[in-house]
Amino acid sequence: MSSRFFQQPVSLSRWVLVGYGVYLLLPLYWLLSMALRSNADIVGEFSIFPSAPTLANFAEIFSNPVWYQAFGNSLSYVMINTLLSLGVAIPAAYVFSRYRFLGDKQLFFWLLTNRMAPPAVFLLPFFQLYSAIGLFDTPLAVALAHCLFTVPLSVWILEGFFSGVPTELDEMARIDGHGFVYFFVRIFLPINRGAIGVTLFFCFMFSWVELLLARTLSGASTKPIVVVMTRTVSASGLDWGVLAAAGVLTVLPGILVVWFVRKDLVKGFALGRVS
Amino acid sequence: MSPFPLNTKWLKLSSFKPKDNRAWLGVLPVVLVIAFSAVIPLMTVVNYSVQDILDFNTRYFVGLQWYQETLNDPRFIDAFVRQLGFSATVLVLEVPLGIAVAKGLMRAGRAIPLVLILLALPLLIPWNVVGTIWQIYARPDIGLLGVAVNAMGVSYNYTAEPLHAWLTLVAMDVWHWTSLVALLAFAGLTAIPQAYYQAAELDGANKWHTLRYIELPQLRGVLIIAVLLRLMDSFMIYTEPFVLTGGGPGNTTTFLSQYLATMAVGQFDLGPAAAFSVVYFLFILLFCWLFYVSVVRVDE
Repeated sequence: MSSRFFQQPVSLSRWVLVGYGVYLLLPLYWLLSMALRSNADIVGEFSIFPSAPTLANFAEIFSNPVWYQAFGNSLSYVMINTLLSLGVAIPAAYVFSRYRFLGDKQLFFWLLTNRMAPPAVFLLPFFQLYSAIGLFDTPLAVALAHCLFTVPLSVWILEGFFSGVPTELDEMARIDGHGFVYFFVRIFLPINRGAIGVTLFFCFMFSWVELLLARTLSGASTKPIVVVMTRTVSASGLDWGVLAAAGVLTVLPGILVVWFVRKDLVKGFALGRVS
Repeated sequence: MSPFPLNTKWLKLSSFKPKDNRAWLGVLPVVLVIAFSAVIPLMTVVNYSVQDILDFNTRYFVGLQWYQETLNDPRFIDAFVRQLGFSATVLVLEVPLGIAVAKGLMRAGRAIPLVLILLALPLLIPWNVVGTIWQIYARPDIGLLGVAVNAMGVSYNYTAEPLHAWLTLVAMDVWHWTSLVALLAFAGLTAIPQAYYQAAELDGANKWHTLRYIELPQLRGVLIIAVLLRLMDSFMIYTEPFVLTGGGPGNTTTFLSQYLATMAVGQFDLGPAAAFSVVYFLFILLFCWLFYVSVVRVDE
Protein backbone atom coordinates (compact mmCIF):
# COMPACT_ATOMS: atom_id res chain seq x y z
CA MET A 1 0.00 0.00 0.00
CA SER A 2 2.57 2.53 1.03
CA SER A 3 4.97 1.72 -1.83
CA ARG A 4 2.11 2.13 -4.27
CA PHE A 5 1.35 5.45 -2.62
CA PHE A 6 4.87 6.64 -3.28
CA GLN A 7 4.93 5.41 -6.85
CA GLN A 8 2.20 7.87 -7.73
CA PRO A 9 3.58 11.21 -6.57
CA VAL A 10 2.94 12.83 -9.96
CA SER A 11 -0.79 12.79 -9.50
CA LEU A 12 -0.37 13.20 -5.74
CA SER A 13 1.60 16.41 -6.11
CA ARG A 14 -0.90 17.66 -8.66
CA TRP A 15 -3.70 17.04 -6.16
CA VAL A 16 -1.68 18.86 -3.51
CA LEU A 17 -1.35 21.84 -5.84
CA VAL A 18 -5.07 21.90 -6.63
CA GLY A 19 -6.00 21.42 -2.97
CA TYR A 20 -3.62 24.13 -1.85
CA GLY A 21 -4.94 26.45 -4.56
CA VAL A 22 -8.46 26.03 -3.19
CA TYR A 23 -7.19 26.54 0.37
CA LEU A 24 -5.49 29.73 -0.83
CA LEU A 25 -8.48 31.11 -2.71
CA LEU A 26 -11.34 30.41 -0.29
CA PRO A 27 -10.46 33.08 2.33
CA LEU A 28 -9.80 35.56 -0.50
CA TYR A 29 -13.18 34.77 -2.05
CA TRP A 30 -14.82 35.28 1.32
CA LEU A 31 -13.13 38.67 1.76
CA LEU A 32 -14.37 39.82 -1.65
CA SER A 33 -17.81 38.40 -1.02
CA MET A 34 -18.07 40.27 2.31
CA ALA A 35 -16.88 43.49 0.68
CA LEU A 36 -19.85 43.32 -1.71
CA ARG A 37 -22.49 42.98 1.03
CA SER A 38 -24.25 45.48 3.22
CA ASN A 39 -23.88 45.03 6.98
CA ALA A 40 -27.50 43.93 7.32
CA ASP A 41 -26.79 41.23 4.76
CA ILE A 42 -23.63 40.11 6.60
CA VAL A 43 -25.16 39.70 10.05
CA GLY A 44 -28.43 38.44 8.58
CA GLU A 45 -29.02 34.98 7.18
CA PHE A 46 -25.84 33.13 6.18
CA SER A 47 -25.35 32.69 2.44
CA ILE A 48 -22.34 31.69 0.40
CA PHE A 49 -22.99 34.19 -2.38
CA PRO A 50 -23.97 37.81 -1.71
CA SER A 51 -27.75 37.98 -2.22
CA ALA A 52 -27.77 41.68 -3.13
CA PRO A 53 -24.25 42.71 -4.24
CA THR A 54 -23.49 46.36 -3.54
CA LEU A 55 -20.53 48.70 -4.02
CA ALA A 56 -21.60 50.91 -1.10
CA ASN A 57 -18.62 49.81 1.04
CA PHE A 58 -16.16 50.89 -1.64
CA ALA A 59 -18.05 54.17 -2.12
CA GLU A 60 -17.73 54.80 1.63
CA ILE A 61 -13.94 54.37 1.41
CA PHE A 62 -13.48 56.55 -1.66
CA SER A 63 -15.60 59.35 -0.23
CA ASN A 64 -13.86 59.40 3.15
CA PRO A 65 -10.49 61.27 3.11
CA VAL A 66 -9.23 59.30 6.14
CA TRP A 67 -9.21 56.16 4.01
CA TYR A 68 -7.74 57.42 0.77
CA GLN A 69 -5.13 59.59 2.48
CA ALA A 70 -4.06 56.52 4.41
CA PHE A 71 -3.51 54.67 1.13
CA GLY A 72 -1.35 57.56 -0.09
CA ASN A 73 0.65 57.61 3.14
CA SER A 74 1.40 53.91 2.90
CA LEU A 75 2.38 54.07 -0.75
CA SER A 76 4.73 57.01 -0.12
CA TYR A 77 6.84 55.26 2.52
CA VAL A 78 6.84 52.00 0.57
CA MET A 79 8.17 53.83 -2.48
CA ILE A 80 10.83 55.74 -0.52
CA ASN A 81 11.90 52.51 1.15
CA THR A 82 12.12 50.53 -2.07
CA LEU A 83 14.15 53.19 -3.88
CA LEU A 84 16.46 53.69 -0.90
CA SER A 85 17.00 49.95 -0.41
CA LEU A 86 17.76 49.29 -4.06
CA GLY A 87 19.94 52.42 -4.26
CA VAL A 88 22.27 51.35 -1.45
CA ALA A 89 22.04 47.58 -1.98
CA ILE A 90 22.95 47.45 -5.68
CA PRO A 91 26.51 48.90 -5.33
CA ALA A 92 27.10 46.86 -2.17
CA ALA A 93 25.92 43.61 -3.77
CA TYR A 94 28.13 44.35 -6.79
CA VAL A 95 31.33 44.80 -4.76
CA PHE A 96 30.48 41.78 -2.59
CA SER A 97 30.12 39.70 -5.75
CA ARG A 98 33.29 41.02 -7.44
CA TYR A 99 35.94 41.80 -4.80
CA ARG A 100 37.49 40.59 -1.58
CA PHE A 101 38.16 43.33 0.93
CA LEU A 102 39.05 43.79 4.55
CA GLY A 103 36.22 42.43 6.71
CA ASP A 104 33.95 41.44 3.82
CA LYS A 105 32.76 38.15 5.30
CA GLN A 106 32.16 39.65 8.74
CA LEU A 107 30.27 42.57 7.19
CA PHE A 108 28.10 40.22 5.10
CA PHE A 109 27.21 38.13 8.14
CA TRP A 110 26.56 41.19 10.26
CA LEU A 111 24.11 42.45 7.63
CA LEU A 112 22.26 39.14 7.84
CA THR A 113 21.94 39.34 11.62
CA ASN A 114 19.93 42.55 11.21
CA ARG A 115 17.38 40.61 9.21
CA MET A 116 16.93 38.39 12.28
CA ALA A 117 16.10 41.18 14.74
CA PRO A 118 12.42 41.22 15.78
CA PRO A 119 10.81 44.60 14.95
CA ALA A 120 9.32 44.70 18.44
CA VAL A 121 12.87 45.07 19.83
CA PHE A 122 13.29 48.35 17.98
CA LEU A 123 10.00 50.00 18.94
CA LEU A 124 11.26 52.17 21.78
CA PRO A 125 14.67 53.22 20.41
CA PHE A 126 13.17 54.03 17.01
CA PHE A 127 10.46 56.13 18.56
CA GLN A 128 13.02 58.10 20.56
CA LEU A 129 15.60 58.36 17.78
CA TYR A 130 13.14 59.65 15.18
CA SER A 131 11.48 62.01 17.65
CA ALA A 132 14.88 63.42 18.60
CA ILE A 133 15.85 64.26 15.01
CA GLY A 134 12.39 65.53 14.07
CA LEU A 135 11.51 62.74 11.65
CA PHE A 136 8.69 61.26 13.71
CA ASP A 137 5.39 61.26 11.81
CA THR A 138 7.04 61.52 8.37
CA PRO A 139 7.06 58.83 5.65
CA LEU A 140 10.88 58.98 5.75
CA ALA A 141 10.94 57.67 9.33
CA VAL A 142 8.94 54.55 8.45
CA ALA A 143 10.95 54.07 5.24
CA LEU A 144 14.26 54.27 7.14
CA ALA A 145 13.01 51.94 9.87
CA HIS A 146 11.97 49.38 7.27
CA CYS A 147 15.45 49.64 5.70
CA LEU A 148 16.70 47.69 8.68
CA PHE A 149 15.03 44.63 7.15
CA THR A 150 14.84 45.38 3.43
CA VAL A 151 18.49 46.46 2.96
CA PRO A 152 20.12 43.25 4.30
CA LEU A 153 17.62 41.13 2.36
CA SER A 154 18.25 43.12 -0.85
CA VAL A 155 22.02 42.79 -0.52
CA TRP A 156 21.60 39.08 0.18
CA ILE A 157 19.38 38.43 -2.86
CA LEU A 158 21.27 40.68 -5.27
CA GLU A 159 24.67 39.26 -4.29
CA GLY A 160 23.39 35.80 -5.18
CA PHE A 161 22.20 36.96 -8.60
CA PHE A 162 25.26 39.15 -9.36
CA SER A 163 27.67 36.33 -8.49
CA GLY A 164 26.00 34.28 -11.22
CA VAL A 165 27.00 36.86 -13.87
CA PRO A 166 30.45 35.87 -15.21
CA THR A 167 33.22 38.42 -14.55
CA GLU A 168 34.22 38.08 -18.22
CA LEU A 169 31.35 40.46 -18.90
CA ASP A 170 33.05 43.20 -16.86
CA GLU A 171 36.35 42.57 -18.66
CA MET A 172 34.81 42.56 -22.12
CA ALA A 173 33.18 45.92 -21.48
CA ARG A 174 36.56 47.27 -20.39
CA ILE A 175 38.27 45.90 -23.53
CA ASP A 176 35.54 47.52 -25.64
CA GLY A 177 36.58 50.82 -24.09
CA HIS A 178 33.47 51.45 -21.99
CA GLY A 179 33.90 53.32 -18.73
CA PHE A 180 32.71 51.71 -15.50
CA VAL A 181 29.61 53.88 -15.18
CA TYR A 182 28.55 53.10 -18.76
CA PHE A 183 29.16 49.39 -18.20
CA PHE A 184 27.27 49.35 -14.92
CA VAL A 185 24.23 51.37 -15.98
CA ARG A 186 23.89 50.29 -19.63
CA ILE A 187 25.10 46.69 -19.53
CA PHE A 188 25.21 45.22 -16.04
CA LEU A 189 21.92 46.51 -14.62
CA PRO A 190 19.80 45.67 -17.71
CA ILE A 191 21.18 42.11 -17.67
CA ASN A 192 20.09 41.84 -14.04
CA ARG A 193 16.59 43.21 -14.57
CA GLY A 194 15.14 39.96 -13.27
CA ALA A 195 17.24 40.15 -10.13
CA ILE A 196 16.18 43.73 -9.50
CA GLY A 197 12.54 42.82 -10.11
CA VAL A 198 12.71 40.04 -7.54
CA THR A 199 14.44 42.34 -5.03
CA LEU A 200 11.82 45.02 -5.62
CA PHE A 201 9.18 42.40 -4.92
CA PHE A 202 10.78 41.50 -1.60
CA CYS A 203 11.24 45.15 -0.51
CA PHE A 204 7.66 45.95 -1.39
CA MET A 205 6.54 42.78 0.30
CA PHE A 206 8.08 43.79 3.60
CA SER A 207 7.36 47.52 3.63
CA TRP A 208 3.76 47.32 2.43
CA VAL A 209 2.74 44.55 4.80
CA GLU A 210 4.45 45.63 8.03
CA LEU A 211 2.29 47.05 10.84
CA LEU A 212 4.21 47.32 14.10
CA LEU A 213 6.93 49.83 13.10
CA ALA A 214 4.62 51.74 10.77
CA ARG A 215 2.13 52.18 13.60
CA THR A 216 4.75 53.30 16.11
CA LEU A 217 6.44 55.84 13.84
CA SER A 218 3.42 57.51 12.29
CA GLY A 219 1.33 60.11 14.07
CA ALA A 220 -1.90 61.79 13.06
CA SER A 221 -0.72 63.19 9.73
CA THR A 222 0.88 60.10 8.15
CA LYS A 223 -1.35 57.33 9.41
CA PRO A 224 -0.87 54.38 7.03
CA ILE A 225 -3.70 52.21 5.75
CA VAL A 226 -2.72 49.26 7.92
CA VAL A 227 -3.20 51.42 11.01
CA VAL A 228 -6.47 53.01 9.89
CA MET A 229 -7.84 49.52 9.42
CA THR A 230 -7.10 48.46 12.99
CA ARG A 231 -8.61 51.69 14.35
CA THR A 232 -11.86 51.39 12.45
CA VAL A 233 -12.65 48.05 13.97
CA SER A 234 -12.82 49.50 17.43
CA ALA A 235 -14.17 52.96 16.56
CA SER A 236 -17.41 52.53 14.63
CA GLY A 237 -18.49 49.23 16.07
CA LEU A 238 -17.78 46.37 13.70
CA ASP A 239 -18.35 47.54 10.17
CA TRP A 240 -17.42 44.25 8.52
CA GLY A 241 -18.36 45.34 5.01
CA VAL A 242 -16.13 48.44 4.98
CA LEU A 243 -13.33 46.50 6.67
CA ALA A 244 -13.51 43.80 4.00
CA ALA A 245 -13.63 46.40 1.22
CA ALA A 246 -10.51 48.10 2.63
CA GLY A 247 -8.89 44.67 2.81
CA VAL A 248 -9.67 44.07 -0.87
CA LEU A 249 -8.13 47.45 -1.73
CA THR A 250 -4.91 46.65 0.19
CA VAL A 251 -4.56 43.42 -1.83
CA LEU A 252 -4.69 45.34 -5.13
CA PRO A 253 -1.22 47.03 -4.98
CA GLY A 254 0.27 43.59 -4.38
CA ILE A 255 -1.45 42.23 -7.48
CA LEU A 256 -0.23 45.27 -9.45
CA VAL A 257 3.38 44.78 -8.32
CA VAL A 258 3.34 41.08 -9.19
CA TRP A 259 1.77 41.94 -12.54
CA PHE A 260 4.43 44.52 -13.43
CA VAL A 261 7.37 42.31 -12.51
CA ARG A 262 5.63 39.09 -13.53
CA LYS A 263 8.06 38.24 -16.31
CA ASP A 264 11.13 38.98 -14.22
CA LEU A 265 9.56 37.36 -11.20
CA VAL A 266 8.67 34.17 -13.02
CA LYS A 267 12.12 34.19 -14.60
CA GLY A 268 13.75 34.99 -11.28
CA PHE A 269 12.02 32.19 -9.42
CA ALA A 270 12.07 29.77 -12.33
CA LEU A 271 15.63 30.51 -13.48
CA GLY A 272 14.67 31.58 -16.98
CA ARG A 273 13.07 28.27 -17.92
CA VAL A 274 9.62 29.77 -18.28
CA SER A 275 9.29 32.55 -20.81
CA MET B 1 23.49 32.51 -15.12
CA SER B 2 22.08 31.11 -11.94
CA PRO B 3 19.84 33.80 -10.56
CA PHE B 4 18.59 32.18 -7.42
CA PRO B 5 20.27 30.60 -4.42
CA LEU B 6 21.05 27.10 -5.47
CA ASN B 7 23.57 25.80 -3.04
CA THR B 8 25.00 26.61 0.32
CA LYS B 9 27.83 28.50 -1.36
CA TRP B 10 25.28 31.21 -1.82
CA LEU B 11 25.25 31.81 1.92
CA LYS B 12 28.97 32.47 1.93
CA LEU B 13 31.13 34.70 -0.20
CA SER B 14 33.35 32.98 -2.72
CA SER B 15 37.08 33.55 -2.19
CA PHE B 16 38.22 33.45 -5.82
CA LYS B 17 38.02 37.18 -6.34
CA PRO B 18 40.55 39.99 -6.60
CA LYS B 19 41.31 41.77 -3.35
CA ASP B 20 40.69 45.49 -3.40
CA ASN B 21 39.95 47.54 -0.31
CA ARG B 22 38.49 50.36 -2.41
CA ALA B 23 35.44 48.09 -2.62
CA TRP B 24 34.51 49.54 0.77
CA LEU B 25 33.27 52.60 -1.13
CA GLY B 26 30.57 50.38 -2.61
CA VAL B 27 29.35 49.06 0.72
CA LEU B 28 29.66 52.38 2.52
CA PRO B 29 26.03 53.50 1.83
CA VAL B 30 24.69 50.22 3.20
CA VAL B 31 26.89 50.47 6.28
CA LEU B 32 25.71 54.06 6.90
CA VAL B 33 22.01 53.20 6.53
CA ILE B 34 22.27 50.14 8.76
CA ALA B 35 24.42 51.95 11.30
CA PHE B 36 21.74 54.60 11.56
CA SER B 37 18.77 52.25 11.70
CA ALA B 38 20.32 49.32 13.63
CA VAL B 39 23.48 50.17 15.54
CA ILE B 40 22.24 53.33 17.25
CA PRO B 41 18.92 51.76 18.34
CA LEU B 42 20.63 48.57 19.49
CA MET B 43 23.09 50.55 21.60
CA THR B 44 20.13 52.38 23.10
CA VAL B 45 18.48 49.07 23.96
CA VAL B 46 21.62 47.68 25.60
CA ASN B 47 22.07 50.94 27.50
CA TYR B 48 18.48 50.87 28.82
CA SER B 49 18.72 47.22 29.78
CA VAL B 50 21.17 47.89 32.60
CA GLN B 51 19.40 50.92 34.05
CA ASP B 52 16.35 51.62 36.16
CA ILE B 53 14.68 54.54 34.41
CA LEU B 54 12.17 56.39 36.55
CA ASP B 55 12.00 59.32 34.18
CA PHE B 56 14.49 60.59 31.63
CA ASN B 57 16.52 62.53 34.20
CA THR B 58 16.40 59.98 37.03
CA ARG B 59 18.07 56.70 36.21
CA TYR B 60 20.17 54.23 38.17
CA PHE B 61 22.62 51.60 37.04
CA VAL B 62 21.22 48.20 38.07
CA GLY B 63 23.63 45.83 36.36
CA LEU B 64 22.09 42.54 35.28
CA GLN B 65 19.00 42.76 37.47
CA TRP B 66 16.54 43.09 34.54
CA TYR B 67 18.14 40.13 32.79
CA GLN B 68 17.71 37.96 35.88
CA GLU B 69 14.12 39.07 36.24
CA THR B 70 13.34 38.43 32.57
CA LEU B 71 14.83 34.93 32.58
CA ASN B 72 12.94 34.05 35.79
CA ASP B 73 9.67 35.68 34.76
CA PRO B 74 7.09 32.87 34.37
CA ARG B 75 5.16 34.93 31.80
CA PHE B 76 8.32 35.24 29.68
CA ILE B 77 8.99 31.50 29.96
CA ASP B 78 5.37 30.69 29.03
CA ALA B 79 5.47 32.99 26.01
CA PHE B 80 8.82 31.50 25.03
CA VAL B 81 7.53 27.91 25.20
CA ARG B 82 4.42 28.88 23.21
CA GLN B 83 6.66 30.58 20.67
CA LEU B 84 8.86 27.47 20.28
CA GLY B 85 5.77 25.28 19.86
CA PHE B 86 4.31 27.61 17.25
CA SER B 87 7.52 27.97 15.22
CA ALA B 88 8.15 24.21 15.26
CA THR B 89 4.57 23.44 14.19
CA VAL B 90 4.50 25.82 11.26
CA LEU B 91 7.96 24.74 10.05
CA VAL B 92 6.99 21.06 10.15
CA LEU B 93 3.84 21.81 8.15
CA GLU B 94 5.07 24.45 5.72
CA VAL B 95 8.34 22.94 4.49
CA PRO B 96 6.97 19.54 3.25
CA LEU B 97 3.79 21.18 1.95
CA GLY B 98 5.84 23.83 0.13
CA ILE B 99 7.97 21.13 -1.54
CA ALA B 100 4.84 19.21 -2.57
CA VAL B 101 3.26 22.36 -4.01
CA ALA B 102 6.48 23.14 -5.91
CA LYS B 103 6.52 19.62 -7.35
CA GLY B 104 2.92 20.00 -8.45
CA LEU B 105 3.81 23.36 -9.97
CA MET B 106 6.58 21.73 -12.05
CA ARG B 107 3.86 19.74 -13.82
CA ALA B 108 1.46 22.67 -14.24
CA GLY B 109 2.73 23.44 -17.77
CA ARG B 110 1.20 26.54 -19.32
CA ALA B 111 -0.52 27.46 -16.07
CA ILE B 112 2.83 28.02 -14.30
CA PRO B 113 2.96 31.86 -14.60
CA LEU B 114 -0.61 32.17 -13.40
CA VAL B 115 -0.08 29.83 -10.45
CA LEU B 116 3.15 31.65 -9.53
CA ILE B 117 1.25 34.93 -9.32
CA LEU B 118 -1.48 33.29 -7.24
CA LEU B 119 1.13 31.82 -4.90
CA ALA B 120 2.86 35.17 -4.50
CA LEU B 121 -0.41 36.83 -3.51
CA PRO B 122 -0.60 35.97 0.23
CA LEU B 123 2.97 37.23 0.63
CA LEU B 124 1.89 40.70 -0.54
CA ILE B 125 -1.13 41.18 1.68
CA PRO B 126 -0.52 43.40 4.72
CA TRP B 127 -0.10 41.25 7.81
CA ASN B 128 -2.99 42.80 9.66
CA VAL B 129 -5.21 42.29 6.62
CA VAL B 130 -4.19 38.62 6.74
CA GLY B 131 -5.46 38.66 10.32
CA THR B 132 -8.66 40.42 9.22
CA ILE B 133 -9.22 37.97 6.34
CA TRP B 134 -8.97 35.02 8.70
CA GLN B 135 -11.13 36.74 11.30
CA ILE B 136 -13.87 37.23 8.72
CA TYR B 137 -13.30 33.69 7.37
CA ALA B 138 -13.21 31.81 10.68
CA ARG B 139 -15.79 33.59 12.83
CA PRO B 140 -18.49 31.12 13.82
CA ASP B 141 -21.27 33.63 13.07
CA ILE B 142 -20.33 35.19 9.72
CA GLY B 143 -17.28 33.22 8.48
CA LEU B 144 -17.38 30.64 5.73
CA LEU B 145 -14.98 28.34 7.58
CA GLY B 146 -16.54 28.89 11.00
CA VAL B 147 -20.08 28.28 9.77
CA ALA B 148 -19.01 25.26 7.67
CA VAL B 149 -17.16 23.58 10.55
CA ASN B 150 -20.08 24.16 12.92
CA ALA B 151 -22.51 22.87 10.29
CA MET B 152 -20.51 19.63 10.20
CA GLY B 153 -21.41 19.17 13.84
CA VAL B 154 -18.06 20.21 15.33
CA SER B 155 -18.49 23.00 17.82
CA TYR B 156 -15.87 25.54 16.80
CA ASN B 157 -15.19 28.98 18.23
CA TYR B 158 -11.65 30.30 18.05
CA THR B 159 -12.35 33.29 20.27
CA ALA B 160 -13.32 31.13 23.25
CA GLU B 161 -11.40 27.84 22.89
CA PRO B 162 -7.57 27.97 23.21
CA LEU B 163 -7.13 24.85 21.05
CA HIS B 164 -9.33 26.30 18.30
CA ALA B 165 -7.41 29.58 18.49
CA TRP B 166 -4.15 27.66 18.03
CA LEU B 167 -5.44 25.62 15.10
CA THR B 168 -6.77 28.76 13.43
CA LEU B 169 -3.44 30.57 13.89
CA VAL B 170 -1.51 27.62 12.46
CA ALA B 171 -3.94 27.34 9.51
CA MET B 172 -3.51 31.07 8.91
CA ASP B 173 0.28 30.89 9.01
CA VAL B 174 0.28 27.94 6.58
CA TRP B 175 -1.99 29.96 4.29
CA HIS B 176 0.24 33.00 4.61
CA TRP B 177 3.76 31.57 4.29
CA THR B 178 3.77 28.16 2.55
CA SER B 179 4.02 30.09 -0.73
CA LEU B 180 7.48 31.35 0.23
CA VAL B 181 8.77 27.80 0.69
CA ALA B 182 6.99 26.68 -2.49
CA LEU B 183 8.48 29.50 -4.60
CA LEU B 184 12.01 28.85 -3.32
CA ALA B 185 11.65 25.09 -3.80
CA PHE B 186 10.28 25.66 -7.31
CA ALA B 187 13.32 27.80 -8.17
CA GLY B 188 15.53 24.98 -6.87
CA LEU B 189 13.66 22.25 -8.75
CA THR B 190 13.87 24.04 -12.11
CA ALA B 191 17.66 24.20 -11.71
CA ILE B 192 18.11 20.41 -11.51
CA PRO B 193 19.56 19.23 -14.85
CA GLN B 194 17.38 16.78 -16.78
CA ALA B 195 20.40 14.44 -17.02
CA TYR B 196 20.01 13.66 -13.30
CA TYR B 197 16.47 12.41 -13.85
CA GLN B 198 17.53 10.38 -16.88
CA ALA B 199 20.36 8.77 -14.91
CA ALA B 200 17.93 7.94 -12.10
CA GLU B 201 15.54 6.39 -14.58
CA LEU B 202 18.33 4.23 -16.05
CA ASP B 203 19.15 3.06 -12.52
CA GLY B 204 15.52 2.05 -12.11
CA ALA B 205 14.75 4.60 -9.40
CA ASN B 206 11.08 5.06 -8.57
CA LYS B 207 9.55 8.46 -7.83
CA TRP B 208 10.23 8.12 -4.13
CA HIS B 209 13.91 7.36 -4.75
CA THR B 210 14.14 10.31 -7.12
CA LEU B 211 12.69 12.60 -4.48
CA ARG B 212 14.87 11.20 -1.71
CA TYR B 213 18.22 10.86 -3.51
CA ILE B 214 18.10 13.50 -6.24
CA GLU B 215 15.60 16.25 -5.57
CA LEU B 216 15.97 16.75 -1.82
CA PRO B 217 19.82 16.83 -1.92
CA GLN B 218 19.69 19.27 -4.85
CA LEU B 219 17.16 21.42 -2.99
CA ARG B 220 19.32 21.51 0.11
CA GLY B 221 20.54 25.08 -0.48
CA VAL B 222 17.14 26.65 -1.09
CA LEU B 223 15.57 24.65 1.72
CA ILE B 224 18.20 25.92 4.18
CA ILE B 225 17.27 29.44 3.19
CA ALA B 226 13.55 28.68 3.41
CA VAL B 227 13.91 27.18 6.89
CA LEU B 228 16.09 30.08 8.07
CA LEU B 229 13.60 32.68 6.80
CA ARG B 230 10.60 30.87 8.26
CA LEU B 231 12.40 30.29 11.56
CA MET B 232 13.30 33.96 11.95
CA ASP B 233 9.95 35.29 10.81
CA SER B 234 7.75 32.90 12.77
CA PHE B 235 9.79 33.77 15.84
CA MET B 236 8.96 37.46 15.33
CA ILE B 237 5.26 36.97 14.57
CA TYR B 238 3.18 39.80 15.99
CA THR B 239 0.56 41.31 13.74
CA GLU B 240 -1.52 38.31 12.63
CA PRO B 241 -2.23 36.89 16.13
CA PHE B 242 -2.68 40.45 17.41
CA VAL B 243 -5.53 41.00 14.94
CA LEU B 244 -7.00 37.50 14.94
CA THR B 245 -6.98 36.53 18.61
CA GLY B 246 -5.43 39.52 20.40
CA GLY B 247 -3.25 36.97 22.23
CA GLY B 248 -6.27 35.26 23.73
CA PRO B 249 -8.31 33.55 24.92
CA GLY B 250 -6.47 34.49 28.10
CA ASN B 251 -2.77 34.49 27.22
CA THR B 252 -2.87 31.26 25.27
CA THR B 253 -1.76 32.77 21.96
CA THR B 254 0.45 35.57 23.29
CA PHE B 255 3.84 35.19 21.61
CA LEU B 256 7.11 36.90 22.44
CA SER B 257 6.70 39.99 20.25
CA GLN B 258 3.27 40.75 21.57
CA TYR B 259 4.41 40.39 25.16
CA LEU B 260 7.35 42.69 24.43
CA ALA B 261 5.21 45.30 22.66
CA THR B 262 2.81 45.42 25.63
CA MET B 263 5.73 45.85 27.99
CA ALA B 264 7.54 48.52 25.96
CA VAL B 265 4.75 50.64 24.50
CA GLY B 266 1.82 49.72 26.72
CA GLN B 267 3.42 49.88 30.14
CA PHE B 268 6.56 51.84 29.19
CA ASP B 269 8.81 49.63 31.35
CA LEU B 270 11.99 50.75 29.62
CA GLY B 271 14.60 48.74 31.54
CA PRO B 272 12.87 45.35 31.67
CA ALA B 273 11.60 45.69 28.08
CA ALA B 274 15.15 46.43 26.90
CA ALA B 275 16.58 43.40 28.72
CA PHE B 276 13.77 41.29 27.23
CA SER B 277 14.70 42.65 23.76
CA VAL B 278 18.36 41.72 24.14
CA VAL B 279 17.52 38.19 25.33
CA TYR B 280 14.95 37.78 22.53
CA PHE B 281 17.37 38.91 19.82
CA LEU B 282 20.17 36.71 21.18
CA PHE B 283 17.88 33.66 21.15
CA ILE B 284 17.01 34.19 17.47
CA LEU B 285 20.70 34.62 16.64
CA LEU B 286 21.50 31.47 18.61
CA PHE B 287 18.84 29.37 16.84
CA CYS B 288 19.88 30.56 13.39
CA TRP B 289 23.54 30.00 14.21
CA LEU B 290 22.91 26.52 15.58
CA PHE B 291 20.86 25.57 12.55
CA TYR B 292 23.40 27.04 10.16
CA VAL B 293 26.37 25.39 11.85
CA SER B 294 24.71 22.00 12.18
CA VAL B 295 23.59 21.96 8.54
CA VAL B 296 26.25 23.85 6.64
CA ARG B 297 29.33 22.54 8.45
CA VAL B 298 28.44 19.01 7.37
CA ASP B 299 29.27 20.02 3.81
CA GLU B 300 32.82 21.08 4.59
